[in-house]
Amino acid sequence: MYVAVKGGEAAIANAHALLADRRRGDRSVPALRLDQIVEQLALGVDRVMSEGSLYDRELAALAIVQARGDMIEAIFLIRAYRTTLPRFGYTRAIDTGAMLVERRVSATYKDLPGGQLLGPTFDYTHRLLDPGLAAGGDVASPLQRASEADAMPRVSAILAREGLIEPDGDMPQDHIPGDITREPLEFPMARDIRLQALSRGDEGFLLALGYSTQRGYARNHPFVGEVRIGEVELELDVPELPFAVPLGSARVTECQMVNQFKGSAKAPPQFTRGYGLVFGQSERKAMAMALCDRALRATEFGEDVVAAAQDEEFVISHSDNVQATGFVEHLKLPHYVDFQAELDLVRRMRAEHDARENGGKVEEKREAAE
Amino acid sequence: MRGQEARDQAERKAVMATLAQSTGNDIVRLWNEAGLPSEAELLRGPETGLVTVRGRIGGGGAPFNVGEATVTRATVRLASGEVGHCYALGRDKQKAKLAAIADALWQDPTRRNEVETKLIAPLQAALASARERRRAETAATKVDFFTMVRGED
Repeated sequence: MYVAVKGGEAAIANAHALLADRRRGDRSVPALRLDQIVEQLALGVDRVMSEGSLYDRELAALAIVQARGDMIEAIFLIRAYRTTLPRFGYTRAIDTGAMLVERRVSATYKDLPGGQLLGPTFDYTHRLLDPGLAAGGDVASPLQRASEADAMPRVSAILAREGLIEPDGDMPQDHIPGDITREPLEFPMARDIRLQALSRGDEGFLLALGYSTQRGYARNHPFVGEVRIGEVELELDVPELPFAVPLGSARVTECQMVNQFKGSAKAPPQFTRGYGLVFGQSERKAMAMALCDRALRATEFGEDVVAAAQDEEFVISHSDNVQATGFVEHLKLPHYVDFQAELDLVRRMRAEHDARENGGKVEEKREAAE
Repeated sequence: MRGQEARDQAERKAVMATLAQSTGNDIVRLWNEAGLPSEAELLRGPETGLVTVRGRIGGGGAPFNVGEATVTRATVRLASGEVGHCYALGRDKQKAKLAAIADALWQDPTRRNEVETKLIAPLQAALASARERRRAETAATKVDFFTMVRGED
């Protein structure tokens, strides 16, 4: 017999009203505006766009406020929102070589066409808290330097000229890119699908796995061939126009990781690669993604799969923080009936155990008496 | 003829790119200053949906899906018959509608010049100067390596 129990409606409504109050906090403090979040918490906004898998700054800012700054909750809100919208199509593949670059560094070449552009980076800061920010003073405008609009070829293209590196990843001619938002995950998966999953994967999870490869769990000896951040133009093919319609620009971060060689009796040794591409400015995530991409190509290169970062099913099944939080957090929802069943079971087992113990003792006594 | 058609398409695409890149505020401000007509029959939208953004493995290899982006589109028809379209990132419906009207007006040879000079050219100039500023700010962070010489020779 199943007995449905109802209740808690008023408690839930009141809890949500309390949440709204606590979210707003002290009313004498001005409420945050979305443009303040977009402008001043831009990297948090970028993370929500990247893992929420939806490029829209204002929506990400709204999600952050609504979630009281809980990033995974904000990502969850964005994922839920995107299911409410119709899909117009797939863009043409972006050209990161034509990016309006805002930062571009290479750890493999000092002098490379286009140069090393540090951009707005935390690198080389001393990580000292700045009390000046708390006081909220004016900030000077950044310096400008006149420059030619240098072409900035990807570092992989430079290495490719000498054949020293494997080519950009190809798929069979007739391959249609897989889409994990349309088809359920299946293992083993093609690299294009894996990259889609990694691009929306949890930064912390991918960072830990990438770190694990550096510490020896699937060692790949990585170099950052290049990290570049900037805006790329998006274009969409639509039936009503005879050309691809320009949609505007989106900021992305790309990481080309260069890893140790692979060769065979037939092919001379070449550097191998891992690739990272994420929405917004997030080089930590793009680098972690590239490390994981390379580790997950173990079977392709005939490497032994010995570490967590190389295990495709393990990595991809657990990289999505919305799924992960859903399953972990559901544990706090009522499991009264489940638990009742477990209680009954453990009581019965204890009774059986006691019966065995006592029965045994009776047996022993009888034997001793005989 | 084919060449002219291709040129027209390239120009129209450039106009649409300028409109898509510009902010709704800039478009509305210039629209009102220019006194462009904002009446048109809405054939579709403005409506917001998603596009899935594609990248390429390794930067230049096979395409893969990176994630989605919000896009708002509109299709309008002018009383004179021209049909205009707009697709632009974001959720600004007013911008999508005006951009679609601008696309339609641009196709009318008697209106093209007005749209070009009063709307597209100033938008383009603003975008170009913003891009140039961004480039110059980034260029100021370029590393100029120099070598420290040690010893006598």
